[in-house]
Amino acid sequence: MDKNDIQKLTQLARITLSDEEQEGLRGDMETILKYVSEIQNVSSGEGASSVEVLENVTREDTDAHESGLHTEVLLNEVPQREKNYVKVKKIL
Amino acid sequence: MINIKNLTISKTHTHLTDGDFSAMELAQTYLKNIGEQDKDVHAYLEVFDDVEHQAKEADAKIKKGDATLLTGIPVAMKDNILIKGKRVSAGSKILENYNATYDATVTQKLKEEGVVFLGRTNCDEFAMGSSTENSAYGVTKNPHDLSRVPGGSSGGSAASVSYDGALVSLGSDTGGSIRQPASFCGVVGLKPTYGTVSRHGLIAMASSLDQIGPFGNSVSDVEIVFDCIKGKDVMDGTSFDLKKKKMQKKPLTLGVPRHFFEEGVDSDVLKAFTVATEKLKDAGYNIKDIELPRVQHSLAVYYIIMPAEASTNLARFDGVKYGLHIDGDDLLGDYHNTRGKGFGAEVRRRIMLGTYVLSAGYFDAYYGKANKVRAQIAQDFNEAFQSVDAIITPTTPSPAFKIGEKSDPLSMYLSDIFTVPANLTGMPGLSVPTGTVDKEGSSLPVGFQILGPHMSEDTLFTIGKDLENVY
Repeated sequence: MDKNDIQKLTQLARITLSDEEQEGLRGDMETILKYVSEIQNVSSGEGASSVEVLENVTREDTDAHESGLHTEVLLNEVPQREKNYVKVKKIL
Repeated sequence: MINIKNLTISKTHTHLTDGDFSAMELAQTYLKNIGEQDKDVHAYLEVFDDVEHQAKEADAKIKKGDATLLTGIPVAMKDNILIKGKRVSAGSKILENYNATYDATVTQKLKEEGVVFLGRTNCDEFAMGSSTENSAYGVTKNPHDLSRVPGGSSGGSAASVSYDGALVSLGSDTGGSIRQPASFCGVVGLKPTYGTVSRHGLIAMASSLDQIGPFGNSVSDVEIVFDCIKGKDVMDGTSFDLKKKKMQKKPLTLGVPRHFFEEGVDSDVLKAFTVATEKLKDAGYNIKDIELPRVQHSLAVYYIIMPAEASTNLARFDGVKYGLHIDGDDLLGDYHNTRGKGFGAEVRRRIMLGTYVLSAGYFDAYYGKANKVRAQIAQDFNEAFQSVDAIITPTTPSPAFKIGEKSDPLSMYLSDIFTVPANLTGMPGLSVPTGTVDKEGSSLPVGFQILGPHMSEDTLFTIGKDLENVY
């Protein structure tokens, strides 16, 4: 793992890190990845992955609550708001 | 003054309904003890300002004759479980001033019983850690030795019960975060079967592994709280109603995967485990050596799946919807700055690791492969449970370690080696204190872990109580 890999990951993860932090992380990640790579040696045979045996559970989106019932409570926790909107910087 | 040492839920209930003391007096006694001891231990991030109001309501319920076992019981809550209107930060700067906008299902259930929530307890940031050293709000100390960690991530919840700063508490367990601190602090901790307790209102870390569970001074206290919080909840699609398994007649057969702790386990911990096993044998249990051929890969599998899931769950903290916001040049800059400053080192490490193992070029080799091995480990346990009723191990490879002792991440991760398999397979695990070992002049608790097949909580409680009886 080199410096570019770490930089790319910080972009994907949307986390700004100083050069020093990136360097520290590079060392930690190499150690951890080396450790977890032991699973490459486990013969996995024909067994199914645990994800494949799981089922998605969904429900119909019915019985909607009264509009605006939770608006104030939720918007109170938003860092920046304008009236009943969450405020963000211009995207386009 | 009420003597809160040696109280249990059922004893307290009797005292409350007999009028020996009121829920108010009880709550005040706990608050006084917290006031005296928590400045050293720092189990609590906040003691709620409405404790007396809650206690008053509990007393009214008792007076009306509506009291249940949990009415008036002082409870501590881990700082990642929501109580409407109360601050909840998951031990992170990114949620520093965040107030919960709804009650977690477990909170709702406990409120219906009329418990008294004393406060919220310290934990590793987003429940990522094994010592509470990763909290953005300071380290919790182990009440048995203040120079040592209480374990983690639910370290504050374990410590609060350990020093009688709460009668019971709730924590969450993703890789051992209830059982490991229970072991370090000398209390009982349960990670229930995956799906038995709703996670609605738990700040998510790794959703295929997370479970909420109780801490208590005794197995029966933990059982009472578990009975209250369990059950299917429409708000958590993974939840279901626990079907009572028919209890077997004693003696039960207990499996020991001895090959799993041949290396890296403290000799005193191993000795304590052997003594406890002998005691269970004397109490009528059959002890049998078993093999779990792939269990040694559990930790590696865990440190792929957990960061993968955590990196996606934590994508929601972006400075827009809740918590901290640090301005950047544009919207993307807002995200980058907020997350870069708001998350601590361990959280950033796991998000980066998760992002890496999920990225296109590495997905199959890490995340894909880990899920295959995870299924194989589960298969190994299922096969073992064909011939034994439960599996026993030390809860942790060592007793509580010193604050600052495990400075590299991997050595910290290794303290979860015996607890992680239960999260991978979804089976329940109970940690019960089995005496103490002496380390550098300190007497430190050691936990004994009992693992069972899915939905075998009753079996674990039976074994746990038998173990308590011989200590």
